[in-house]
Amino acid sequence: MKDLRHHYEAPLRTTPFHDRIAAANVLNQWGPWAGYTTALVLEDAEMEYSAIRNTASLYDLCPMIKYRIAGRDAVDYLNRLTLRDVARVAVGAVQYTAWCDDRGKLLDDGTLFRLGEAEFLLCCQERHLPWLLDSAIGFEVSVHDVTAEIAALSLQGPCTASVLDAAGFDVSALKPYRFASFPFDGGDLIISRTGFTGDLGYELWIEPALALPLWDRLMAAGAYCGIRPVGSHALDIARIEAGFLAAHADFVPADQALREDRVRSPYELALDWMIDFGKGHFNGRRALLAERDGQTSEWAFVALDIEGNVAADHAILYDGRNREVGQITSAAWSPSAKRSIALAQVRRPHHAGAKGGLRAEIYALRELHYVKLMMTARMTERPFFAPPRRRTTPPGRF
Amino acid sequence: MSYDAAIIGAGHNGLVAACYLARAGLKVVVVEKNDWIGGAAVSRELYPGFTYSNCSYVCSLFRPEIMRDLELPKHGLQVLPYEGGAVFTRDGGYLATFRDHEANRRELMRHSPRDAEAYDRYSRDVMRHCRFIRPLLLRTPPDPATFRPRDIAELAWLGRKVGEMSEGQICDMIRFWTMSISDFLDEYFESPVIKAYLAVSAIIGTALGPMSPGSAYVLLHHYMGDVDGNVGAWGFARGGMGAITQALTASLRAAGGEVRTGAGVEKVLVANGRATGLRLEGGEEIAARRVLSNMDVKRTFLKHVDTAELPPAFVKRVETFKSRGSSGKLNIALDAAPHFPALPDGAPMLKGDLHFTDSVERMERAYDDWKAGHFSRDPFQDTMIPTMIDPTMAPPGKHFMSCFIQYAPPKIEGRDWTDADRDAFGQTVIDQIAEYSPGFKDRILHMEVRTPRELEAEVGLTDGNIFQGELTFDQLLFNRPVPGYAQYKTPIRDLWLCGSSAHPGGGVMGAPGRNAASEILRDLRAKTEMRQAYAVV
Repeated sequence: MKDLRHHYEAPLRTTPFHDRIAAANVLNQWGPWAGYTTALVLEDAEMEYSAIRNTASLYDLCPMIKYRIAGRDAVDYLNRLTLRDVARVAVGAVQYTAWCDDRGKLLDDGTLFRLGEAEFLLCCQERHLPWLLDSAIGFEVSVHDVTAEIAALSLQGPCTASVLDAAGFDVSALKPYRFASFPFDGGDLIISRTGFTGDLGYELWIEPALALPLWDRLMAAGAYCGIRPVGSHALDIARIEAGFLAAHADFVPADQALREDRVRSPYELALDWMIDFGKGHFNGRRALLAERDGQTSEWAFVALDIEGNVAADHAILYDGRNREVGQITSAAWSPSAKRSIALAQVRRPHHAGAKGGLRAEIYALRELHYVKLMMTARMTERPFFAPPRRRTTPPGRF
Repeated sequence: MSYDAAIIGAGHNGLVAACYLARAGLKVVVVEKNDWIGGAAVSRELYPGFTYSNCSYVCSLFRPEIMRDLELPKHGLQVLPYEGGAVFTRDGGYLATFRDHEANRRELMRHSPRDAEAYDRYSRDVMRHCRFIRPLLLRTPPDPATFRPRDIAELAWLGRKVGEMSEGQICDMIRFWTMSISDFLDEYFESPVIKAYLAVSAIIGTALGPMSPGSAYVLLHHYMGDVDGNVGAWGFARGGMGAITQALTASLRAAGGEVRTGAGVEKVLVANGRATGLRLEGGEEIAARRVLSNMDVKRTFLKHVDTAELPPAFVKRVETFKSRGSSGKLNIALDAAPHFPALPDGAPMLKGDLHFTDSVERMERAYDDWKAGHFSRDPFQDTMIPTMIDPTMAPPGKHFMSCFIQYAPPKIEGRDWTDADRDAFGQTVIDQIAEYSPGFKDRILHMEVRTPRELEAEVGLTDGNIFQGELTFDQLLFNRPVPGYAQYKTPIRDLWLCGSSAHPGGGVMGAPGRNAASEILRDLRAKTEMRQAYAVV
């Protein structure tokens, strides 16, 4: 679109991979994601999920928000912005991280790529430019939204190392949360061993002009195992199995919450392991110290194993005395764990094994009528599905 | 022949109050000085084939609870949401608004990538203020000076609502109520044109500039309405704003109430400190157990009630109640849609509000002219072409254009407006539009120019103030219109206020009329079907 004034004629843009995905999307099921048209299901959500866990899957990540942060003070700046110690991230490494507002409430989580000594890429679900710029006051650092400048693709599944090898990219030495650069078609392809599935998998980052050749190369290389493009529905099941949080599903970003009681701290979202109080000041530090020392967290984020085989989406949780104590935020029947799994926000102290356990109030719509189920919800480990192959280096050849 | 209630003025609030009283079984008459009904919510054919919303021109604030109670949809009311809108910039560009979130974000991005993201935070914060204030609209404000159980309970309710907020939000709320819109917008945005676009809602109808403290609250007043639950959205009443008062009249008649037009009131009759009826300009007297005035507080007590019947402190307060006129109106019949070369062909912007002031500084300078007693030489406009959406208001291919203009003072340099002043004012506006729309002047078939003089003479708004008194914090809640008289009662027994001078103020909301009726029915212990305010879930 040359004349930017005409943007309203296509409020949802297409990604650099759109031509291929549209051809594969025989069901024509699309959904909006951060201003882009993205596939919800292309052909069959169950088969797409199966590709994620059995062979290799391709998922279009282009709409993910990406900020390039560079400048002499980039490390200091990111240490001030985020919860973890950025100085520990080597060039070529990726850190899963999160950041809070001044009241210690979670704004978002995301992945931080250290591209150079003083150059980073921050990938996340939500837009944060005003916050990132305000936090940069006093630092010699630049922050730019580069979402449209990078085409990103998620290649996930047990066969993905083999697929990449067949495509001409030797990733055998690449450990989890590391990335490397490979020449591709006259450009630079960055491959990181990261993903949202909790399984063996990679994310690929390329200039948009090379997006379609990369797609074609991967599809050809993965043909032997039945590589297939997948939509958001399939990925979300894998995401829940992996136990990852999703903004607007499991938490409301603090700067978007209309209702003040909806914001949550890292302690309340089980992200407190990230907090590094020893690294110096960071956004929300005082509030988080006070929360830790005063034990004032009101909520806990838990993984639940739900009796029965009906997914417990959005169920209200009750304690043994029928009092509301929480809310399921994400739920699915897990094909890999063979149980009904859920992520939930639970009011403390009910996260610590309430007497009589918790029960989930599930409404299953069956032939126009709700079947109301009160199902036992048991605390369990997160992730729900964690195959050893996700960490093995060199990765297995499947 | 005696009525249970006589209501002065067939504006929307007078009619709303009349409807509720009639539906509760009272014998009700509404008297209107004009030969038509509607007050400031009218549709008038001032040029053959064209319907003019020649006073108020858009609808959002009218409470849906009232529409439902009074069955206004059944009586013909349709409210149509609109899209579009743009502010034109002097460099030949524009900033448009879109209902679609992504389109709106990209449009803001053309002016500032940072502001495009800041807009979401801004919207969230304004919505937080709305959520606090909206439940107050359909409640009678507590009188903090009495110790009646009801006032104490209401104060406690308010206190609980405040108590639900964090310390930070209480601070934000108090700042928001008292700060200028310019300062408020500076906390979010950097782009002058984005700030100019958003500032308009804070000064429409108000004798404040965007840099005047207190203007931010007025923005909220324009934000807290909704169209079908879409808070902050605005729409058109199909058939013009008169469709609202016509539906109310039909509802009133269905409930057995009467409306008399061409029946200007000379005096409210008072005997032994209580209102007993009305004397019309022709001398006819109408006896009534109670009188409701939909006129503003100044017109009611300074022109139509014998001041000897009133406490002097009250009279003084009424005299100093701020109702300074600040706005005028151009209503134009167009032979064809105006063409704005800055806009892409076929763009939807013309379906919404059009502005021609691209910085807050220009608005403030327009206000400087008002302070000096002159209409703005470079005014700002909130201009709409409802016929872009509503097919009923003009012949096919032709259009009705409503231009709301600020600033226009109640008097020109201390003297009354003359026809020459009015024409010069109209010309200033037309010249401004023509700068952005070549050929605009040639498309004008007919034009009505209204200054505060015309608004007062015809609609009865003192000094032409469209809200029957400014919406500044010193004149809101239990201080509106006069401390001690915020519960629709007045110093004269059985004389009630039901217009926008009373809580919660103006904007074709209907809430003052409903709340006044609620108080009267409460006194009568009459049974009524009056819905409580929809919960803010």
